[in-house]
Amino acid sequence: MAEVKDIIKEGNLVYKKSKVLTDKIMHYCPGCSHGVVHKILAEVIEELNIQEDTIGVSPVGCSVLAYNYLHIDWQQAAHGRAPAVATAVARLLPNKRVFAYQGDGDLASIGTAEIIHACNRGENIVVIFINNGIYGMTGGQMAPTTLEGMPTSTSPYGRDIAMTGHPLKITELIAQLPAVNFVTRQAVHTPAAVRKCKKALQKAFENIGEKKGTQFIEVVSTCNSGWKLSPVKSNEWMVENMFPVYPMGDIKG
Amino acid sequence: MAKVRGAVKVDIEKCKGCSLCVVACPTKVLALAREVNGKGYNYAYMANPEACIGCANCGLVCPDSVIEVYKIKVEADA
Repeated sequence: MAEVKDIIKEGNLVYKKSKVLTDKIMHYCPGCSHGVVHKILAEVIEELNIQEDTIGVSPVGCSVLAYNYLHIDWQQAAHGRAPAVATAVARLLPNKRVFAYQGDGDLASIGTAEIIHACNRGENIVVIFINNGIYGMTGGQMAPTTLEGMPTSTSPYGRDIAMTGHPLKITELIAQLPAVNFVTRQAVHTPAAVRKCKKALQKAFENIGEKKGTQFIEVVSTCNSGWKLSPVKSNEWMVENMFPVYPMGDIKG
Repeated sequence: MAKVRGAVKVDIEKCKGCSLCVVACPTKVLALAREVNGKGYNYAYMANPEACIGCANCGLVCPDSVIEVYKIKVEADA
């Protein structure tokens, strides 16, 4: 039997952290989906060899500090305005690959106007939309994407549809816009889902390289701190409750 | 017949002990340690190293990218 120390040798390496990721320890909570999305994003950038040509726009929310973790150029936008800033960057530097990275409180609430109009203009950008149904950074308040009956710190008895409306399926709304090229909904809860999500990201970054227009990728995510569950239990809860409302798969393109 | 053996290396000080790798492992190699790292997290380690097949599922789901995966082919009788 081979010993573990004999297996752990440079030549036998099959998987390691992407070079596009920095060595900083992420500030995200243990088990946060942001970390997985950052990692596959870094892997896609590394594999397409576009590190020098990629510009990210980070939002307001937990991922506001995303610029600490990926070795690419970044711009930070005001709350909800990442697609507007990305529009400017993509128009001024048309040869760069620009992406906006947003959460659901950022994209589906305060930034609804920006995202709808950026997508309606068909700006040549990738939008990565992390949907965990909650405002994670500020303490788990109700977001537009919160599920019916889901308890949050501002809806402790669960979301009441009569008072606060239905969970906003903004991805389906955006898919109806003619200028949007690729709309998909993914998750990163299992190794298979991570591989699929990475494929979708790769397709999106290839598409903006070919100037095909807006690429919209929703990643249904967990917020285990906000949901008051363990990371493993959060994933189970997500599969059970989020997936029926936010079904997986390509919606357009 | 050649058999695949794998091993993982966890960056203990960066591990946050979320245990997503533990449930992602198809051969139940990983577990959280009783000991804690400098930040007080029970880090992941190979509790059952013989079973590792080097599939890299643990590395894929790790949010903090602390797992490196190694793989070799060995003869069954070796």
